[in-house]
Amino acid sequence: MVEPLPQVTALLPVLLLAFTGLALLLVDTLSPDTRSNTSMAVVSALGALAALAATVWFVASGTGSGDTGGAILLFADAIKVDTMGLFFTAIFASVTSLVVVAAHDYFHDHPNPATFYSLTLFAATGMSLLAVANSLAVVFVALEMVSLPSYVLVAFLKQNRGSVEAGLKYFLVGALSSAIFLFGISLVYAATGSLMLGDVAGVLGDIAAGTDGLDSRSGIAGLGIVMILGGVAFKTASVPFHFWAPEAYEGAPAPVSAFLSSASKAAGFVIAFRVFTEAFPVGASLSADINWVLAFGILAAVTMTLGNFAAAVQEEVKRMLAYSSIGHAGYALIGVAALTGADGGAAANGAVMGAAMAHLLVYGFMNTGAFLFVAMAERWGVGRTFEDYAGLAKRAPVASTAMAVFMFSLAGLPPFAGFFSKYFLFMGAIDNGFLWLAAVGAVNSVISLYYYSRVVKALFIDDPASPTTLDTIDVRPTALYAAVVFAAVATVLLLPGFGPVIETAEAAASALF
Amino acid sequence: MILEALIAVAFASALVVLLSPNEWAGRLAFALSLIPFAGSLYLWSGFDGSGNALTGGDIAYQTQIEWLEVGGRSVSWFVGLDGISLPLVVLTTFLVPLAILSAWTPIDSRQSQFYGLMLFMQANLLGVFTALDFFLWFVFWEAVLVPMYFLIGIWGGPRRKYAAIKFFVYTNAASLLMFIGFMSLTFALGDSVSSFALPEITGAIADGGLGSFAGLAPETLAMAAFLAMFLGFAVKVPIVPFHTWLPDAHVEAPTPVSVLLAGVLLKMGTYALLRYNFTMLPEQASALAIPIAAIAVISVIYGAMLALAQKDLKRIVAYSSVSSMGYVILGLVVFTEYGVGGATFQMVAHGLISGLMFMAVGVVYNATHTRMVGDMAGMADRMPVTVGILVAGAFGYMGLPLMAGFAGEFFIFVGSFAAPALPYAPLFTALAMFGIVIVAGYLLSAMQSTLFGPFELATDYEVGPAPFHDVAPLAVLLAAIIVLGVAPDIFFEMIRDAAVPVVEGVSVDG
Repeated sequence: MVEPLPQVTALLPVLLLAFTGLALLLVDTLSPDTRSNTSMAVVSALGALAALAATVWFVASGTGSGDTGGAILLFADAIKVDTMGLFFTAIFASVTSLVVVAAHDYFHDHPNPATFYSLTLFAATGMSLLAVANSLAVVFVALEMVSLPSYVLVAFLKQNRGSVEAGLKYFLVGALSSAIFLFGISLVYAATGSLMLGDVAGVLGDIAAGTDGLDSRSGIAGLGIVMILGGVAFKTASVPFHFWAPEAYEGAPAPVSAFLSSASKAAGFVIAFRVFTEAFPVGASLSADINWVLAFGILAAVTMTLGNFAAAVQEEVKRMLAYSSIGHAGYALIGVAALTGADGGAAANGAVMGAAMAHLLVYGFMNTGAFLFVAMAERWGVGRTFEDYAGLAKRAPVASTAMAVFMFSLAGLPPFAGFFSKYFLFMGAIDNGFLWLAAVGAVNSVISLYYYSRVVKALFIDDPASPTTLDTIDVRPTALYAAVVFAAVATVLLLPGFGPVIETAEAAASALF
Repeated sequence: MILEALIAVAFASALVVLLSPNEWAGRLAFALSLIPFAGSLYLWSGFDGSGNALTGGDIAYQTQIEWLEVGGRSVSWFVGLDGISLPLVVLTTFLVPLAILSAWTPIDSRQSQFYGLMLFMQANLLGVFTALDFFLWFVFWEAVLVPMYFLIGIWGGPRRKYAAIKFFVYTNAASLLMFIGFMSLTFALGDSVSSFALPEITGAIADGGLGSFAGLAPETLAMAAFLAMFLGFAVKVPIVPFHTWLPDAHVEAPTPVSVLLAGVLLKMGTYALLRYNFTMLPEQASALAIPIAAIAVISVIYGAMLALAQKDLKRIVAYSSVSSMGYVILGLVVFTEYGVGGATFQMVAHGLISGLMFMAVGVVYNATHTRMVGDMAGMADRMPVTVGILVAGAFGYMGLPLMAGFAGEFFIFVGSFAAPALPYAPLFTALAMFGIVIVAGYLLSAMQSTLFGPFELATDYEVGPAPFHDVAPLAVLLAAIIVLGVAPDIFFEMIRDAAVPVVEGVSVDG
């Protein structure tokens, strides 16, 4: 038996991301002449991949899981490293590495790309910190750590009107929702007297049981919970705080859109999954008449329906993807909506939340890949609409095939990983008695096939507007290609390899109940 | 492991061909597609299965490896063959090389993608006919649609976009319905099954393992699931009135794709009907025997009437497929040894014959660039060999004895005429037989006006005999049709062996 490592090493993935970001910033500040786009991209990709490797190693070795002594608590219990935190960190690290690799080609003529890499890594650090937060204070700080770099990233092309406008909108809505979120936290603190997730749950249980003698506090707690829910809705781009998403995703540079719609959205879900299960347990909340499960259920149904219908009428591919990303937030919300407060529901709750986690992982690859294909199209200089994409497969068959894989997988067609993750999600919902949510989800899935297949049709079947339009495509952005192809391969391989993913996710989620 | 090897080779061939240069993609694809064919012959020669795979028979070449677990049920890589699936596997691997050969002339752009997609489709078709786990089967089943969508959409005729989308949307919506139907069955089975393996589910249903689900009593639920699956598969077959995608898809699809569409893809529907509806839920099937038989007869007659009204040769053959599939449904629903066996045999026979017809029409089209009956006459004058084979194939369609079509239809009629499970069986059979008369009518009249008489076709070039690589697959197909017609037992024996347990699923009083 070797000497056990100090406990703080459990934070290795977070630290790796943070130090890579700092190192990039340091080099950029101290020696601005020696920096080069390529070396910066390579370093940041290596940092993200190292964090990914550390995460996978931790998951494989069972760090923080029930088999090896349970979650690791650090810094006066403010940090809690468990399998769920690691699972989400894996999503963040994967998306980050794809995005920084792709950014190398996207920002090839940008005067100062180094800022992009360090900001992305800082945001990723915040996300992975969010994934292991065990106190509402840490949750808020980490959330701001994600948000602040994100605002800058959206407005990164500061000469571009769309980018700046999107950044401003994102910032205004974000600031408002942060305030609401923080106010919600303060109300919860007022009602329960604690910021630690576990203690909040304890007091909430007392309120529900009526043993604390102050039953009126359930109203304050309930208001606080609703406000926190609003913060989650903002981060996950769910109704009613979804307004910023289409603008921000469309105006932002495409790699940033990929990052926000995949990683940042998953970060929103990690708040929902952890805070709402650990601080506001289903059973206690329901008996205190705080029915956030129903609230999430309605949000899920409205979000997926609105996202899908709005996506169906878009004429620009990037905007369609933005709305599709709202739709997918609706699917993932099923993970917190289809929970049961019944005794012995832990296994079923774990199954449905685990399915939502697995869906977010798969979504991380397919959605990032799709946005990166848009990044490639922007790099080539083809337009934004479906018509502008016509016939691209003739010039770029490999990338177009990858895009077809993303589209079919996002639609949930069986040969791809998106089918399984959606299926598990709906199945878990049905098992918990939420047949209506699964039905809404299934109907929406069918609708989504229409607009996703429009992209495929444009790429492969339609003819370009004129024979010369494709001649502008004369660059072969190698790194972008690599990122897109890698995401496609991962999307396909996650189908046969879905077993370990769903098992890890279910085990991680079950540990929360 | 030989089945896995077969599927893997098909997938690998697809990849290799996709990456090969256009100039020799066709030849490479043909050569590579012979490997699965050789493999399937090997499977045939060493076939040692008996009984039906779903009802506890001995499964040949079985492999079962756990893949993952969903809600307490395991999903596995579970493949194997029985007397029903082996003939269809052989049919698939036999038709694909011929279809590839027939594509050499008409396909003149993006060849590597075309042949790659053809091989990719073959791999998935093999998966559909061998998979014995629902999830595995469903993955293959849906994966067939993707290459088909591109094959029609990219290389099709003038209205290819419309046809491709229509095909894709129709069959996907149908798949969803079927999926929901099957899933409600597994939910209702509850803890009495521990996997999605089809034999286990079939066994559990037969043992009365169905519980109630979502407020539906077991009987209601089984009936609803039966209907959902029946409708889902009916689109694929297709059965009137769900057939409207078929003529569009066939007319727009390039000839080699039509060959596979009619020859193999339609059989996916009837194969799935046999497996899921008639083997898993025989009680529901026999309770609905009269309406199903009525739909079958309507398909036969109405399909033939529609064919009668067409002017486009390809449309004629497409509608006559609808008619032929009606016979298969009739054979299945009567639940007799010869009915179910004959239906399965007819799947193979029709696969060969319709493949031949589409291919021959395609060869004529390559030379004339028209398929309209009124546009040409006397083609026999210029392309004697092709026309000879086309005429022979048409006679096969009409059920000329000693050809495969005769054997299939004869078995079905023998099985259905005195079927105890189907009331008014003689009436239904007699009505269906009448379809043959119409088939003869439209095929003979179409051939007379296009093939015989003095040559007449407005072109600015000389129409001559078709190249060897166009005619050779026709001749091979014709030979296979005759062999199967003369010696149907090479397949029928194993089919009957697998069909008997299906028939025993229905208890007939008196």
